[in-house]
Order: sequence, then structure tokens, then C-alpha cells
Amino acid sequence: MKVSVSVQEKDFDLAILSRVLRASANDVGAIASFVGCMRGSNANGSLREMFLEHYPGMTERSIREIVEAAGERWPIVACSVVHRVGWIRPGEHIVFVGVASSHRGEAFQACEYIMDYLKSRAPFWKKEVNEDGSGEWVDARDSDREALARW
Amino acid sequence: MIKVLFFAKLREALDCDQCSIALESASVAELRTKLIEQGGERWARELTAKNVLCAVNQRLAKDDQQVTSGDEVAFYPPVTGG
Repeated sequence: MKVSVSVQEKDFDLAILSRVLRASANDVGAIASFVGCMRGSNANGSLREMFLEHYPGMTERSIREIVEAAGERWPIVACSVVHRVGWIRPGEHIVFVGVASSHRGEAFQACEYIMDYLKSRAPFWKKEVNEDGSGEWVDARDSDREALARW
Repeated sequence: MIKVLFFAKLREALDCDQCSIALESASVAELRTKLIEQGGERWARELTAKNVLCAVNQRLAKDDQQVTSGDEVAFYPPVTGG
């Protein structure tokens, strides 16, 4: 399994990420991917931007371990995870998870598994900034933690 | 010396991103007690909140895990990536 993990400030290009996965081996028959984006509002109103903090070193390692665990459960050919940090504006990408495999079933499942674990294990923290400049840290959701139960 | 890091909401609540604690060897629980002794009431409230997580050398750890001089310990709130 080819694994690529990147934690970066810069936005990413979906076409390039998809092309790299497709070219990773000659037996790729399926690519399942997930893209998370920043919404323009939360329950309290419009958002101006968001700051994503992380724990350098532990972040990359924890994502890699999640991908390796997925690779033990499903026959993945290649996997790419890109997660942005720093300042992000509404409408921009936050995260990309792409899984290449021979068939769609395992690609879909592995992609969901990686995303579920990333959300509840990888050390990232979001701070949302409202239109008036006030900011609040996002609380972890029980539903994200409960999503792990199915695995 | 044990290097201690704080992240996100917890870092802001303590107004501290990192500190060093002069301990040769201790459990995570003992290290937390030492931090509270030095930091006072606010640190006690923040560091004993039930959802605070701890990592030792960048791996999730429980209260009974041993840490020794040179280790890196982090305390942080529940994660919200993705």
C-alpha cells in the first residue's frame, strides 16, 4: 500500500490528488474519496474564517496509523490524506481522503473508516471566527465518537 | 526535565503553551498533580476536567502511564479535525 499523508497550510488540487492515486498502480479499479469543506455558518450565524490548530508530529503519525489499520482490514492499493491547518475561509477545502483499490466496496469502506477515525483521534482543533471577530473553539461531537462503534 | 505542552482551548485557558517540570520519573497523574501545585486553582479546574486528553511522546496515554525525564507530554481537549 502506498501511503501519502500531508498536513499543510496550502489548499490542495483535487485533480492532481486523484491523478496520483490513479497512477499509483496498474490494478486500480476504484477510487473513493471524501472532501471536507468549511461551511459559511454555524448555529450562531455567519462565519468569517476558521483557525485549525494541530500537534505537529503527532498529527502525521496518528493519521498514518489510522491508514495502516485500514490497510490491514481492506486490500488498499494506495491512500492519500491531506489535512489543512492554519487559517481557512468558508468554501475552502479542509481535508481530503482518497483510497484506491481494485474494487469499489473496499474503497468506500476504507475511506469512511479513515475519516471516522481521523475525526475522533487525530490531534486537530478548530476555532471558528464569527463576522464580528469573536472566536470560539468547536466542541467535539458525541456523534463523531459514536461513529467508531460500527467499526 | 519533562516537557509539557498544552493545545487549543486548554492552552488559552491556562495562558501557557508549554512548560518544563523537574521530575525524574512520575505517572501522568503525578505529573498533573505537580502542574496543579505550581499553577493553582485555575490549573486544577482545567487539568482535572474529565474530557482532557493526554499524550506521552505523541501517543495517547492514561493516568497510570509512567513518564521519565526527557519525555514530551501533552494535555489537550477532545479533537475536532476533519
